[in-house]
Amino acid sequence: MSHLVLEGLGKSYGTAVAVEGLDLSVARGEFISLLGPSGCGKTTTLQMIAGFVPVDRGRILLDGGDLGGVAPNKRGLGIVFQSYALFPHMTVAQNIAFGLEMRGIEKAEREKRTLEAMALVGLKGFEERYPRRMSGGQQQRVALARALVIRPSLLLLDEPLSNLDAKLREEMQGELRQIQRSIGTTTILVTHDQHEAMALSDRIVVMNKARVEQIGAPDAVYGAPDTAFVANFLGKTNVLTATGDGSGHVAIEALSVPLAGVPSGATRIAVRPERLGFAAEGAPGFSARITSRVFQGAHWLLTAESVAGPVTLIRHNNGTPVPEEGESVKLSFGPGDAALLAEGAGS
Amino acid sequence: MSPDASARTTPYWLTGPALAVFLALVIIPLGMTVLLAFYDWGQYKGIVAEFTLKNFREIFSDGYFLEVFLRTLRISVLVTLFAILIGVPEAYILNRMSPAWRGLCLLAILGPLLVSVVARTLGWALLLGSNGLVNRGLMALGLIGQPLEFMFTETGVVIALVHVLIPLMILAVWASLQRLDPQIENAALSLGASRLTIWRRVILPQIVPGILSGGVIVFALAASAFASPAIIGGRRLKVAATLAYDEFLNTLNWPLGAAVAVLLLAALMILTIGTNRLVERRYSQVFE
Repeated sequence: MSHLVLEGLGKSYGTAVAVEGLDLSVARGEFISLLGPSGCGKTTTLQMIAGFVPVDRGRILLDGGDLGGVAPNKRGLGIVFQSYALFPHMTVAQNIAFGLEMRGIEKAEREKRTLEAMALVGLKGFEERYPRRMSGGQQQRVALARALVIRPSLLLLDEPLSNLDAKLREEMQGELRQIQRSIGTTTILVTHDQHEAMALSDRIVVMNKARVEQIGAPDAVYGAPDTAFVANFLGKTNVLTATGDGSGHVAIEALSVPLAGVPSGATRIAVRPERLGFAAEGAPGFSARITSRVFQGAHWLLTAESVAGPVTLIRHNNGTPVPEEGESVKLSFGPGDAALLAEGAGS
Repeated sequence: MSPDASARTTPYWLTGPALAVFLALVIIPLGMTVLLAFYDWGQYKGIVAEFTLKNFREIFSDGYFLEVFLRTLRISVLVTLFAILIGVPEAYILNRMSPAWRGLCLLAILGPLLVSVVARTLGWALLLGSNGLVNRGLMALGLIGQPLEFMFTETGVVIALVHVLIPLMILAVWASLQRLDPQIENAALSLGASRLTIWRRVILPQIVPGILSGGVIVFALAASAFASPAIIGGRRLKVAATLAYDEFLNTLNWPLGAAVAVLLLAALMILTIGTNRLVERRYSQVFE
């Protein structure tokens, strides 16, 4: 049985639809990311699960029970807020123990579990500090410890890393993943950062304009985006205009590559910059002219104007010569490098 | 002048005019009042410029002065207490309102400050008189048989002072409420706290500095209020401010009036500085 199930979840503010028709089923211990641009409905979804925002349509089931009539302070969920929302007038230990105190857990047990939680997030020795006297990363750990110490059935993370600088964010990502694995709490992360979502999650839910665009494992969603929006939101991609031949192949000029399910006629496909390459001497390819070439150390970033549209390429700096700006080249990609995009999807 | 020297002197030149005004209008008159408090006075000789503690001795030995000062203290404490009891919830509600309603309600709250003190106090006198609207309303409802005594009582003075001073309390508390993390209530809620617990354990401790600073302002203004006690309290229900006024303008015993004023000022200064110290010591750890 799934641990958490969202069934046709929907929310409107007046005439504006914030979330529509969200179906998701989360297994116990799974790490799920809700990924999307601001205003896509991911935070509203999280707040509906938390109970801060009433559900308009559909329902939320936790361990088979409907959360509909359950007050937010009875749901027993651990939440880490974007601003951390620590209690500034309480010490770190008091902050973390607050949830235990609300559950009427006796003092000795409370202190033991508080210390355990502090050790888990690497904050030993900070018991008597006040949050304002701590760095952003440390505050983040306090918030995480405070959410985990109550042994929540579900951990909700609302853009928890967005207030940290890039280096610290990367560090915390690794640590967050490791902590989540070690305690096995089912976790839902809201983020607009594709790297964060891909690095942390078992599955990603890509959302756009109140609707789910795609659900899947990070590498699956990255490798085979269903829509142009997903292709563009998860990393850079090239959207190419190609022709389907009606027998499972897609063609651009002389290049013909097998692609399952491709309809006949003009179609749009997505090819990642790192999968797009130069055709070998005499091999079939499609024409393009290099418009710019930027050296980035480990790789070259090239842009070109091709017959199928403007493209970006990444070539690893492995010693092979890289074409000059203005040079005409033949481009190619192999089977499995292209993804078919659904028609009519946004951007 | 070298750029270095001008960088040093510029701040003094820029603050000069304000400092001069401050010195001329506040420091010098205050100093003269303090000096005056130590001068001698007699019915026939008038003010005599020689140092004496006679005025202070008179204030501390005469029960009449003690009674007035105690009344001033009582009224100020009550006004501050009611301002906190009414103002804190009001500020909290105000803070949760939608911006459009908040603007409107803020205007209503600030209303008393926009009306002339005399007009406002006379308005209260009309409402609170034994034949006033409040008494007639209560009698019509059958809640009381006899008109309540509001005029010339401390109750009336407290009501009028709470009305005019409460905006200051609300603004002070509101300012500290606005510094709260908007998610903090949700955070406490998710940890299992009830609404009441959130208020007591999370919101209230964070707005204590606002309540204290609002309290100091309200207390100081209530203790030194003149017009409301003068009109509603009348000539017999004296407070420190009306007492000083009387000594100056009726008895013409300026040094004694000055001594009353100096004592009031000293008490308020001790209170203000003391509260400030308390807030700084208690909360420097917690709040930046």
